[in-house]
Amino acid sequence: MHIVACIKQVPDTTQVKIDPETNTLVRAGVESICNPYDLVAVEAGVRVAEKYGGKVTVITMGPPQADSALRQCLSLGASEAILLSDRAFAGSDTLATSYTLAQAVNKLNATEPVSLVICGKQAIDGDTAQTGPGLATWMDYTQLTYVVEIIEVADGFITVKREVEGGTEVIRGKLPALLTVELELNPVRYATLPELVRSLRQEIKVLGAKDIGGEPERYGLKGSPTSVKQIFAPPPHGGGKVFETASDSDKVIEDFLSTFFEKESSILSEVLSSDGSDHAQEQ
Amino acid sequence: MKEAFDVAIVGAGPAGTSAACILAGAGVKTILFERGEYPGAKNMSGGVLYGQELARVLPDFAERKLPIERNIIESRLWYLSKEGGYNLGYRDAIFATERKHNVFTVGRARFDRWYAEQARQKGVLVVPGTVVVDLLRDGSGRVTGVVTGRAEGEVTAQVTLLADGVNSPLAALTGFRREVKPEHVALAVKEVIDLPAEVVDQRFGVSGGNGVTTEVLGDIVGGMNGVGVLYTNSASISLCIGANLADFATFKLKPYELIEEFKQHPMVAPLIAGGKSLEYVAHWLPEGGYDTIPRLYGDGYLIAGDSAMLFNAPHREGSNLAMASGRMAAETVIEALERGDCSRKSLADYGERMAQSFVLQDMKKYRGFGPFLHHHKEIFNELPRAATFAGREMITVNGVSKREKQKLIFRNARKETSLLKYLKLLWSGWRAVK
Ligand SMILES: Cc1cc2nc3c(=O)[nH]c(=O)nc-3n(C[C@H](O)[C@H](O)[C@H](O)COP(=O)(O)OP(=O)(O)OC[C@H]3O[C@@H](n4cnc5c(N)ncnc54)[C@H](O)[C@@H]3O)c2cc1C
Ligand SMILES: Cc1cc2nc3c(=O)[nH]c(=O)nc-3n(C[C@H](O)[C@H](O)[C@H](O)COP(=O)(O)OP(=O)(O)OC[C@H]3O[C@@H](n4cnc5c(N)ncnc54)[C@H](O)[C@@H]3O)c2cc1C
Repeated sequence: MHIVACIKQVPDTTQVKIDPETNTLVRAGVESICNPYDLVAVEAGVRVAEKYGGKVTVITMGPPQADSALRQCLSLGASEAILLSDRAFAGSDTLATSYTLAQAVNKLNATEPVSLVICGKQAIDGDTAQTGPGLATWMDYTQLTYVVEIIEVADGFITVKREVEGGTEVIRGKLPALLTVELELNPVRYATLPELVRSLRQEIKVLGAKDIGGEPERYGLKGSPTSVKQIFAPPPHGGGKVFETASDSDKVIEDFLSTFFEKESSILSEVLSSDGSDHAQEQ
Repeated sequence: MKEAFDVAIVGAGPAGTSAACILAGAGVKTILFERGEYPGAKNMSGGVLYGQELARVLPDFAERKLPIERNIIESRLWYLSKEGGYNLGYRDAIFATERKHNVFTVGRARFDRWYAEQARQKGVLVVPGTVVVDLLRDGSGRVTGVVTGRAEGEVTAQVTLLADGVNSPLAALTGFRREVKPEHVALAVKEVIDLPAEVVDQRFGVSGGNGVTTEVLGDIVGGMNGVGVLYTNSASISLCIGANLADFATFKLKPYELIEEFKQHPMVAPLIAGGKSLEYVAHWLPEGGYDTIPRLYGDGYLIAGDSAMLFNAPHREGSNLAMASGRMAAETVIEALERGDCSRKSLADYGERMAQSFVLQDMKKYRGFGPFLHHHKEIFNELPRAATFAGREMITVNGVSKREKQKLIFRNARKETSLLKYLKLLWSGWRAVK
């Protein structure tokens, strides 16, 4: 079985800041990482391949530096890595991104038909969760989103458990299928040394727009009907009041209580008028 | 892992990567392990590097897009008391032209990564994110490779180079190095202050990517044996202050208190005014000197850089000694592999090369420097106080005759400490560095 995992290299969002003047992301000096959901997707693919036989190909569309995210995925057990990199892809929104990925999957289909495509639920920078469903739509594949467990792959069908509002649902879908996966699907392995070494040495296939065919006007900026109008940081929360305890503790407590009563009087009156302590904890 | 290598190197700092570049250049099959996510990820940001030694490893480093912060054209030495201080500096245009890149500042996170990438391009297998947890040995005790923290993580090699830095659990585990005593290391903290490049240019009177380094001595380390430094980066200033670890314990001081005080010193504050603190890191430095250097080689292994306690304190050239020792280790290994003999005897050449080079010669020259500072705390206390008194007195114009002022200064200096002590200090200071 040929499984494809789509991965995205993202800035380590724990480090990203927004420039307050220009309202753009400050990416300088920020490390890039593989989108955490996508590592789960690769691991899931490798587990399926290990259990039922087959291989995993990882694909990313991105700049040449995305190489390192692909290598990380190889170290987890993926057999091949493809980097879709071309000036023509620049400025892609989710529609163009999913179109580009679809062309790549089509190309793979020609030689090694793909039964399963696995995406992360969302990218931690773009956060739209649209790319996977977009790709499933272009490919006309069964679409199974928010997967938390892969129960079985058999007789041309896949059975998964997915998270839905208010509970989970077990669902069986026909292959080829596209999954988008949640973090709790499976933990990601710590690569063995031989696998890590293989990933460091393996060649990564780089494909451009010409290599994957498709309609040129659907790529990149031209193929992107959406554009980002503005990025802004929400106003920071004001800091809490600090009560210095060094000098006179009685006074500090008094200050605190008076501030508290002034500000929180509504809450307090509610608390005091209720009869149990449960209510107070809800506040 | 089944695959065997000629050389396994532990640590992709200046020492390990220098060795790796030289080895790969000679076609030696080399694997380089780094525990950080990438080389440099775990290293102190910011520092001074030296072009001459780097050029011996990578002659064309300037064309390889070396990520330089600033090319250093002036070195300053400050001797400070709490309130003021003396400034001695030397600037020379030759360091911007003919001798460009003699000394320059780099961000270590970027430099180490770049350096390891050069090694990779030369054919080294650079394996990041992997900790070496033990060494492999055969029945006779000969080192035959490394054990990493990953599954199937054993790698055999004819020679193993330990370049894992000062804080080496491996050295302790394998017993190749005596356990480090607190008095043999310094604890340093560094803070990077963000400032626009134009502001740095203006405050230090430089332009065109040039910069200034400042070494700081005196009463800035709470009376402990320690130093401070202040380096210019492209668009930031690195401040660093450190003292002997044993002193920290005795004096019950906290590193962050030192750096806060340092930042408020009247000579420092205006240089960093308005800057945001970008990062704060703490690290050890080996400063035990010549007498704490372990045996540098044995059957199947060599030790280089900080791991071998190679640090010459008065010149803060740690990375220079690391690169030079890494290079010499590699040169030794290349010949040993050609002979097909990586025994202790065959690797003894490393000791020879080191002894004949500036590395051990400088270490030997300053053998007594550490103990000298340790036993003469007046350098950090009475002396800067007396010097401040003198400076203030000489510069204050108040109708008192210069001769009278000299007398005053002399009397004050003797009040701080006895004449005999000054003489002793001079004498042992001279002996420590002669
Ligand atoms: C309205 C809008 C406008 C945008 N405009 C621009 C623009 O003008 N220029 C620009 O550069 N970017 C732009 N972007 C960003 C870009 O569209 C997205 O980063 C990209 O399409 C993926 O979307 P996402 O980050 O939300 O990922 P999601 O849809 O949240 O990602 C879900 C999953 O899809 C897969 N995936 C996502 N991206 C890739 C990829 N590149 N390669 C392989 N697999 C992938 C991964 O498995 C991932 O876990 C825009 C985004 C939005 C929402
Ligand atoms: C605050 C401060 C400022 C300094 N400033 C200067 C300066 O301006 N100029 C100068 O020349 N020197 C300076 N030094 C000293 C200099 O940093 C060191 O001497 C130099 O880094 C030594 O190089 P090294 O390669 O021996 O060790 P390191 O640079 O420490 O490199 C060792 C590497 O090994 C890795 N490692 C360790 N253990 C393992 C393991 N078990 N498995 C895998 N990897 C491992 C580490 O992650 C690290 O990357 C400074 C030091 C400090 C603390």
